[in-house]
Amino acid sequence: MGFPEEVLEHVFSFITSHTDRNVVSLVCKSWYEIERWCRRRIFVGNCYAVSPAMMIRRFPEVRSVELKGKPHFADFNLVPDGWGGYFYPWICEMARAYPWLEEIKLKRMVVTDDNLELISKSFKNFKVLVLSSCEGFSTHGLAAIAANCRNLRELDLRESEVEDLSGHWLSHFPDSCTSLQSLNMSCLSSEVSFSALQRLIARSPNLKTLRLNRAVPLEKLSTLLRRAPQLVELGTGAYSAEIRPDVYANLTEAFSRCKEVKGLSGFWDVLPSYLPAIYSVCSRLTSLNLSYATIQSPDVTKIITQCPNLQSLSVLDYIEDTGLNALSLSCKDLRELRVFPSDPFVANANVSLTEQGLVAVSEGCSKLQSVLYFCRQMSNSALTTIAKNRPNLTCFRLCILEPRAPDYLTFEPLDVGFGAIVEHCKQLQRLSLSGLLTDRVFEYIGKWAKKLEMLSIAFAGDSDLGLHHVLSGCDSLRKLEIRDCPFGDKALLANVSKLETMRSLWMSSCSVSLGACKRLSQKMPRLNVEVIDEQGDLDSRPDNCHVEKLYIYRTVAGPRFDMPSFIRTMDQNPTYRS
Amino acid sequence: MDQKRSTLNLFDNIDLATELRLGLPGTDDQPEIKISISGNKRSSSEIGSSTCKDEEESSFSPPAKEQVVGWPPVRSYRKNILQVKKTELETGSGMYVKVSMDGAPYLRKLDLKMYKSYEELMKGLQEMFKCIIGLYSEREGYNGSQHALTYEDKDGDWMLVGDVPWEMFISSCKRLRIMKSCEARGLGDFL
Repeated sequence: MGFPEEVLEHVFSFITSHTDRNVVSLVCKSWYEIERWCRRRIFVGNCYAVSPAMMIRRFPEVRSVELKGKPHFADFNLVPDGWGGYFYPWICEMARAYPWLEEIKLKRMVVTDDNLELISKSFKNFKVLVLSSCEGFSTHGLAAIAANCRNLRELDLRESEVEDLSGHWLSHFPDSCTSLQSLNMSCLSSEVSFSALQRLIARSPNLKTLRLNRAVPLEKLSTLLRRAPQLVELGTGAYSAEIRPDVYANLTEAFSRCKEVKGLSGFWDVLPSYLPAIYSVCSRLTSLNLSYATIQSPDVTKIITQCPNLQSLSVLDYIEDTGLNALSLSCKDLRELRVFPSDPFVANANVSLTEQGLVAVSEGCSKLQSVLYFCRQMSNSALTTIAKNRPNLTCFRLCILEPRAPDYLTFEPLDVGFGAIVEHCKQLQRLSLSGLLTDRVFEYIGKWAKKLEMLSIAFAGDSDLGLHHVLSGCDSLRKLEIRDCPFGDKALLANVSKLETMRSLWMSSCSVSLGACKRLSQKMPRLNVEVIDEQGDLDSRPDNCHVEKLYIYRTVAGPRFDMPSFIRTMDQNPTYRS
Repeated sequence: MDQKRSTLNLFDNIDLATELRLGLPGTDDQPEIKISISGNKRSSSEIGSSTCKDEEESSFSPPAKEQVVGWPPVRSYRKNILQVKKTELETGSGMYVKVSMDGAPYLRKLDLKMYKSYEELMKGLQEMFKCIIGLYSEREGYNGSQHALTYEDKDGDWMLVGDVPWEMFISSCKRLRIMKSCEARGLGDFL
């Protein structure tokens, strides 16, 4: 190539997407070399796909590392404790190799207080720590981050499980720390020192995102807001207090001063009388998360009808069909809707939310792209209507609460309805299925869902043919997670090479035999085939027994050695087998 | 009773058909039994079908399902928040209040959390006591009814029911008293 290195480097600096940079590195050897020296951001979708040493060897000048650990089904307690996903080996190596590291973003990983302390002491310019759905650390670790990271810009603990020993950690931010732009402590339960919080906010002029935890009382919210009128994203604490006119007036006035607020969340324990205090910001809201607010449909509706610019809404099913109808009429810019169940374990509906609500939104909101919907009934006709209304859907996750529930009108499987979804929504990237489904739905998915990257299946299908359709037809598939389906050896062994084109496959409570796992592992040396069986004694099981859980992923790092005794990587070297 | 239900039930070993109950004199009807257990609602037909009329069965929700691990796919964090809320709603202290009616020899007990509004409370009370209770209004007085509803609040004062928002009422109500409206008129005069 004729261009000097500096020119290429400069050009590459405009290429930020990970996939694009990966492609750039494949053009030729010199581009590979130049690219690896100037790569600043790394994304590792499966922390076991590559080792820290390999990453560091190839990319010596990294400023930002993003890692994901446990499989997605860990969110629903399907992955046993002790599975893995430890940050420890990564931080050990990065502390040595990347002194200029600025950002660490982790999802579903096990992080300890020692790890956090190591972060806080190893990187002089550390700026961003995002721990999403992580666990293994306590507020002591947070104290170390607060105390030692002089230029901390972002501390986001979203949905992590933190051992909450006290709220004292927040007081460790030194007075000299004025760089904070984003703080999300919503998952913590302990009360922090209010004066420490107040002073921190007051000395952080660039604070744009503040997500408080439930313990911050509503009466004090106005005090905080007055010190941060520049906030763009606000998560309230508990949203109820004794009904006092002065508290209400202060709150209303404080909200009215927040001219930049575009996103609201929090709203635990809502007392509806206090909701009108937020009305002044509603017209500017693009994002609203009321999914912890146990308020009834009329109160929800009153809010959303004042939010014409809403793009993303999360609510409980208390919104009911009437509220969703109002949403479809008021919020024409809606891109994402998530409706969570208020009472998931009760058989009969406690609220009047049906498939009609979703149909209404699909009709009224032409920009709707992403749906997560929990409900108790669905029909093929509703799904078909939704599909035809919204061919621009990219994410469709439907959870009908009762497993194997048929079309409630015709009692047929929902194959045709989901078939319509994949047929019409040609850009669909993510799909979660539920209800009564036969192999037929997988035939449709294999035929139509060419852009599908992630598929979640539960209590569905009749035979291996179903799985075979998916593995052979879905060209873009990266992540597949399956539970309680009659899928077995045949489909897996017929599609071995497909598995290397995917990030991972999870199967639990299916019909895959131990013997098939071994054979798969022998055929595909660059896959880790991990069998999870908490009953123990994997060594003495016959080959024809079904495995409890199976996690298969591609890797260049070989088998891992940090597993508990009930997880085994199937041996890739047949000479060691008995 | 279906023994397979593995969910918590405080009434597991009680056969309500033989349970002693206090009813107001002159009432032949079986009082409506609303059983509220943290997290689950039990079907009346499971507990003692002889105590229920057919038309009342539809007002009971069927029992909670046996829970499958990880289904529905709701994160523990979210489940815990909602469970705490439900527990607070259903076992919050002070929600069972004594209800007395002037002239009746027995008191009743009533769970305020079962109701979402004054209207619902009135209906429940009227069914329980077989009387008409009127909410006081400045214009119409007690709507020509014989009875008025008052409550004792946290400070020990007797207040007329209906003045404050519902949530505020249930958090401060310690007991209820159904008065004869001729005696209650005095209360209204002081407002």
